[in-house]
Amino acid sequence: MSGDHGGGDAVLAARVRHVEALLEDQGLVDPVELDRALTAFLAKGSPASGARAVARAWLDEGFRTRLLHDANAALPEIGLSMGGGLQEQRLKVVENTETAHHVLVCTLCSCYPIALLGPSPSWYKSEGYRSRVVRDPRGVLRDFGFYPGPEVEITVWDASAESRYMVLPRRPAGTDGASETELAALVTRNGLIGVAAV
Amino acid sequence: MADRFATGARVRTRRADPPHHTRLPRYARGAVGTVVESEGSHPLADDRARGLPSAPQTVYAVRFGAAELFGDGTHAVVLDLWESYLEEAT
Repeated sequence: MSGDHGGGDAVLAARVRHVEALLEDQGLVDPVELDRALTAFLAKGSPASGARAVARAWLDEGFRTRLLHDANAALPEIGLSMGGGLQEQRLKVVENTETAHHVLVCTLCSCYPIALLGPSPSWYKSEGYRSRVVRDPRGVLRDFGFYPGPEVEITVWDASAESRYMVLPRRPAGTDGASETELAALVTRNGLIGVAAV
Repeated sequence: MADRFATGARVRTRRADPPHHTRLPRYARGAVGTVVESEGSHPLADDRARGLPSAPQTVYAVRFGAAELFGDGTHAVVLDLWESYLEEAT
């Protein structure tokens, strides 16, 4: 069971602050250490990190293969990792092609590769998205203004256990000769979740 | 510990509706799918949520057709499921 993350943020935040204060009062948690851990955790968590991995994969076939085969082993090649939290989480990268499109969701709560992409967008945590995308992904993609053709098989990945997912979008046409930085700038957060093309 | 199910194996998810936390979503219960791959071993979330000791067990990515889950549809849904949620599909 999980609640709607859309409306109760203030209540939840107040509850977390209360628990945090209790832990500090009891001497169980050092607030300075907590801030340090949070800062370190979020430092590289930004869609820009995911975009960098995508741009490298578009330019470097070897890196692309390694990223798809074992993302956790490949990410350190470009200074990234799924660590930073209490333990490193397994990342699985799923690749869009001409005939396959991938979309991410966590129907039970809001699992998301925070260590790599940063906090998730609020719609990703909404009950509307979580319940509808597994049932009618094309309808959800239409709402995002994205219309994959009938020849494209849609796969929805429901992160229901310990793995986290990221989409490797298709490289846009007309980008031959673009630099890694230029390519990374084209990659959006929605593209990394699979609700948009890049 | 060897994985019970190999990639490509047909598996059926359990139907039971436990009174406690579980990571087998209701929409995927009693459904037949295909194992995509093993994701390594992890303590069962159902036990951890209740503070019970839990030996790690294999988690699998399992692919289901929309028609199997919902009665219609052409897309697929992949879920990450602990081994004890699954049985061999006959």
